[in-house]
Amino acid sequence: MSHQERKERFAGVSDREVKRAYTPDDVAGLEYARDLGDPGEYPYTRGVHPTMYRGKLWTMRQFAGFGTAEETNARFKYLLAQGQTGLSTAFDMPTLLGYDSDHAYANGEVGKLGVAIDSLRDFEILFDGIPLDQVSTSMTINPPASIMLCMYLAVADQQGVGWDKVSGTIQNDILKDYIAQKTYIYPPEPSLRLITDIISFTAKHVPKWNTISISGYHIREAGATAAQELAFTLADGMQYVQAAIAAGMDVDEFAPRLSFFFDVHNDFFEEIAKFRAARRIWARVMREKFGAKNPRSWMLRTHAQTAGVSLTAQQRENNIIRVAMQALAAVLGGTQSLHTNSYDEALALPTEDAVRIALRTQQVIAEETGVASVVDPLAGSYYVEHLTNRLEEEALAYFDRIEAQGGVVKAIEKNFFQREIADSAYRFQRRMMNGDYRVVGVNAYADGAEAKKEAQILRIDPAVQRRQIERTQQVRATRDQAKAASALAELRRASQTSENLMPYILACVKAYCTEGEICNVWRDLWGEYREESVY
Amino acid sequence: MNRKLRVLVAKLGLDAHDRGAKVVARAYRDAGFEVIYTGIYQRPEAVAEAAIQEDVDVVAISSLAGAHLTLIPQLIHLLKDQGADDMLVLAGGVIPEEDISALLAEGVAGVFGPGSDLDEIIRFTREHAAAK
Amino acid sequence: MDLTTLLQRFQQGDRRALARAITWVENGTPEAGELIRSTYPSTGRAHVVGITGPPGAGKSTLVDRLASRYRELGQSVAIVAVDPTSPFSGGAILGDRIRMQRTLNDPGVFMRSLASRGHLGGISIATGDVVGLLDAFGFDVILVETVGAGQSEVEIMELAHTTTVVLIPGMGDDIQAIKAGILEIGDLFAVNKADRDGADRSVMEIEMMLDLGHMGEAGINRWDGEAQANSGAARRLDRTGHHGTADLASGNPYTSSASARHAADRHGTANPGDISWRPPVLKTTAKDGQGVDALVDRMIEHLNFLKETGRWEQFKRHDAAAKLRELITLRAARTVMDRATAAGDLDRLTASVADRTVDPYTAAEEVLSRHLGT
Ligand SMILES: Nc1nc2c(ncn2[C@@H]2O[C@H](COP(=O)(O)OP(=O)(O)O)[C@@H](O)[C@H]2O)c(=O)[nH]1
Ligand SMILES: [Mg+2]
Repeated sequence: MSHQERKERFAGVSDREVKRAYTPDDVAGLEYARDLGDPGEYPYTRGVHPTMYRGKLWTMRQFAGFGTAEETNARFKYLLAQGQTGLSTAFDMPTLLGYDSDHAYANGEVGKLGVAIDSLRDFEILFDGIPLDQVSTSMTINPPASIMLCMYLAVADQQGVGWDKVSGTIQNDILKDYIAQKTYIYPPEPSLRLITDIISFTAKHVPKWNTISISGYHIREAGATAAQELAFTLADGMQYVQAAIAAGMDVDEFAPRLSFFFDVHNDFFEEIAKFRAARRIWARVMREKFGAKNPRSWMLRTHAQTAGVSLTAQQRENNIIRVAMQALAAVLGGTQSLHTNSYDEALALPTEDAVRIALRTQQVIAEETGVASVVDPLAGSYYVEHLTNRLEEEALAYFDRIEAQGGVVKAIEKNFFQREIADSAYRFQRRMMNGDYRVVGVNAYADGAEAKKEAQILRIDPAVQRRQIERTQQVRATRDQAKAASALAELRRASQTSENLMPYILACVKAYCTEGEICNVWRDLWGEYREESVY
Repeated sequence: MNRKLRVLVAKLGLDAHDRGAKVVARAYRDAGFEVIYTGIYQRPEAVAEAAIQEDVDVVAISSLAGAHLTLIPQLIHLLKDQGADDMLVLAGGVIPEEDISALLAEGVAGVFGPGSDLDEIIRFTREHAAAK
Repeated sequence: MDLTTLLQRFQQGDRRALARAITWVENGTPEAGELIRSTYPSTGRAHVVGITGPPGAGKSTLVDRLASRYRELGQSVAIVAVDPTSPFSGGAILGDRIRMQRTLNDPGVFMRSLASRGHLGGISIATGDVVGLLDAFGFDVILVETVGAGQSEVEIMELAHTTTVVLIPGMGDDIQAIKAGILEIGDLFAVNKADRDGADRSVMEIEMMLDLGHMGEAGINRWDGEAQANSGAARRLDRTGHHGTADLASGNPYTSSASARHAADRHGTANPGDISWRPPVLKTTAKDGQGVDALVDRMIEHLNFLKETGRWEQFKRHDAAAKLRELITLRAARTVMDRATAAGDLDRLTASVADRTVDPYTAAEEVLSRHLGT
């Protein structure tokens, strides 16, 4: 029998070469109790809960948001009616960057990639008819995260829901913005201060709120390998822990409310191993490095989203299959919640049909495949355990390199992450071009004559921008001007002290100051961050 | 003579996704072009001014937000107003099939959607920039 | 655009014409010579300020701030930023505009990015001519940011009236290592990133090196007025070949080393007894603009110093002499090489030198006597 193989080198998305088969030699030294532990036991490699999905399925959380608050409110209600269990809000670019819809820079972007939010009036509409004590809401926003959280709390007040009953997550992860996502406004120092203010405020007043969703997703989407995503994300996490400790908090006071957000890409086993390695590293770091005593501080809880970059515009139905396998990997990796991308998202916002298929994909995995019946079924696989170890080693090596540069913020200033990621992105693109990495429908099995099907895509009506601007201008014209002005003045004053800013932001929000007005106070005081260069 | 093709790789508007722009910038560099990269969040006025001051042969716009139909035509008009209509304007990124003809009609010379081949982009650029 | 239209529009202040003129000069197109001829009479007015220093020191960020400050003072500003060309592909990524967002929307500011195109001195071959065009176009101040690759960036000193060396805190050892190159080219020193620890110490270290360190090396202290007599003209002339042996084989007549071009007379005295310029060392934080006004004040002071002491006019003469010498030498060399090659003498003599039947000096003599002149 011939031992000839199809190609010389086998490597997946992250360009890690893999062997033909793995044996006990590849996991020599692995100690069950020390390195894996039972599910729900330190170091949580096998999962943060003893019963995992036998106890409670993961939260199926589809990201939604487009147009004005009315349209997104309708989509939220649709998703809840379809059996979705948590809401996830996408904001448009002007909102993410702290510009009101009538700002010149917002022209053409209002409501395009998410919902447009300017003032509390928009939030009142966004959550109209949705009792905030019965849903958990995730909001993907960073520099203005404090403002959005305050708007949410203001709506809770209007609904008569106590803050101890509201639950949800704000992304609030500015470090990954400097590294990859680029939706920053201010320089690192004041940005970190806003974050620690949120952490200590919610620890006292909104105990069920997840304060930061430390995100690898955007790092990965920008071109990082799995190991880079893992390492950079956990390094960011450690940086937040340090910042909060430096601001005088006790680690066990806030660490249980930190959560993570990872990408799930195509390389099936590598992705599963990534989640397992992430939990093990975090548990050890929190316990050994930061001295956390509460087991909840050791547990890495995570949201996952299937890889947007893996979607192809060509033969787009294939995306349904990609998303299914990625979702399966996330579940086998033990995620706490999951967003599955819609197959038509490579080109535009997803249509309702596509969103439903994406959600059904998760439901099929949960109900039909049986994978939710056994916790961490791949434990003990030579390959998966070896990959878990390898990813851990690679992450630790990156931690050393980051440390040698003086920490995460210094490394950002030195362009370290950005360069590492850009190098990986370029290498991957080259591999695709020379056929070393094959993508079905793109550089393999492409239908030359693929009929350009008139894809049905969701378009944002240009009237959206006009309507939104009208509403915001009306809010500005009809509010109690003296109250708004004094709330902004108070915020400005407090921002120059070390007082916690959350009560002041809440006062601004309740006085119907707009997001742009609040952000401009800080732009004025703190200046704007500028990106590092390309290389 | 020591002629080099100069290309401005630009992002327009509130569009943070620069993975593609950076990959394309490197590909151009590796193909011997001089690449001016101006970063994200650029206004059309600023991109037009940069294109003129740098006297580039090519302006390559990468768009992954939804505003390509608003901002790219604005840029082209600004270039025309200043007599720079000989510059080759290319667009790439997430651009739906049905928008391509609108962009071509506005004066974009080539549109490269998701999954475009880098070598193809470079070949196209060489051919059309040299021809002008 | 043809040459006549371009020149006409250039005179009228059309920025696109300026941009195209720069391209022609950079590419050495056939029109470039005429362009330089026509614009040369209008040059010699701008204050050319060089900004050099290691990569990442904050040069671009600082240039952005300097430009804003000059604008506040009512001056028009041109910026030239040079970045390295990849030796593998011949391409380059020119990213300095990213850091100059503050001023680039101001119509009183014009910026051009240049690739080094294989030249190693921190600027490109064409940078001098590009600066000439910007000067002729009427900019009051021209800020030239070098590649920033390190030690050998002496060429900026020859191009700029005022050279600013940008360093960062905590470079003590690095400064030691490169001080010979660094100390001699600076008319001003900026310790940037003064928001970081150790800025005061770095300032002190540089001050000390400026005051003491140089003495032993050059054999003189440059600031006490005891510079070698009559060497005022010499430095600028020195740069253009006194120390170099014409290297005919490569076509490059300049092989003078950086260390040979000591800067004594730039700061020292043209005639003993004149006032002298002691390079000031300033702290700046380009990120938030601190110290930038003071740095610009010193730049202007240096300009006044050059003018009041007659050095401004001297520099013009020296530049003229240098440029002439450069062109004559280059062209003479090229002519001789071309003729010797065409006649087969070069191949023949190269072979003889290689197999040791003729020594290189005799061979060069033979080529020169046969092909120079007539
Ligand atoms: N902390 C600090 N960083 C600065 C300062 N000036 C520039 N930088 C940063 O240093 C890095 C390199 O700056 P750049 O201007 O590109 O340097 P260049 O390579 O010398 O042109 C960037 O991240 C700047 O934001 C400063 O005064 N303080
Ligand atoms: Mg620079």
